[in-house]
Amino acid sequence: MRIYIYIAVMAVTTYLVRALPLLFMKRKIRSRFLRSFLHYVPVACLTAMTFPAILSSTEHMVAGLAGAVVGVLLALKKQSLIVVAVATCAAVFLTEWLV
Amino acid sequence: MAGARAGMPVCVGYFSVSFGFGAMALAQGLTVWQAVLISATNLTSAGQFAGLTVIAAGASILEMILTQIVINSRYALMGLALGQRFGPEVGNGKRLVAAFFDTDEVFALGMSKPGRLPASYFVGAGTVAAIGWIGGTAMGALAGSLLPLSVRAALGTMLYGMFIAIVVPQAREEKPMLVCLGLALVLSCLFTWMPGLKDISAGLGIVICTVLAAAVCAVLFPVPDEEVQA
Repeated sequence: MRIYIYIAVMAVTTYLVRALPLLFMKRKIRSRFLRSFLHYVPVACLTAMTFPAILSSTEHMVAGLAGAVVGVLLALKKQSLIVVAVATCAAVFLTEWLV
Repeated sequence: MAGARAGMPVCVGYFSVSFGFGAMALAQGLTVWQAVLISATNLTSAGQFAGLTVIAAGASILEMILTQIVINSRYALMGLALGQRFGPEVGNGKRLVAAFFDTDEVFALGMSKPGRLPASYFVGAGTVAAIGWIGGTAMGALAGSLLPLSVRAALGTMLYGMFIAIVVPQAREEKPMLVCLGLALVLSCLFTWMPGLKDISAGLGIVICTVLAAAVCAVLFPVPDEEVQA
């Protein structure tokens, strides 16, 4: 039973964090700083979540590094989301297997 | 429909990432149904992985709330940006629905769409993505016990691959974005390895890195008025 309480709490908290700012901030933000700040948030956040976390997500650090390098190279060549994701995963798997 | 089509690649990507989540949930002692329920009600990668850790540790409900707020706080920032992007013509009801689908990838899709962003486009992309996320969780949970750990770990890195695919092209196009990426990268490394800083929980560390990097870039390279809408 306790597990369902955990799940409900997780879901409600996550939803409120998403919904409240979307609901209450409808007017255009005047502050140029704030608008610029929001412009940069997604890239800053996703970068911080990816690196160096990818290194510790694999059994050997070098596998995570190989995945990151392959992913960045393909993304620079403007490959699609799914190609980059699959190639990253494949590079990690291959490196783990070789090491 | 345009949104649903745009959501297809995300759907495929989510399927593989959530496959890893399903497999991991089962390894932590959850049932297939419980794993699917988490994915269907949360629809978030990092938050779910973190929540699984909290459940496995049998930690308090308060700790669960705190972890979710910190890990998911980026959605609040994204929600602010998305609210600006929608504009006043998108009403409260639509916003309440759209909020549920506000994941990293769907958000990136919506923000990068040229021109106006209707709520239907966002919800369409989000629904297709959610199908992939929930379906992948179910498959992963069912297959979980059969896969060796190394395969499960490799599947988990697909998530990072998706993040890379989103940020790298933006940094390539716009020099200030590249600075922002570099700054976040360096800060994130400091928060992972530097004594003192590394004791801060991973979730909170990400929040601090995000705020610092974005704030510095906002001061150095403020965006002109037109670019916010673009």
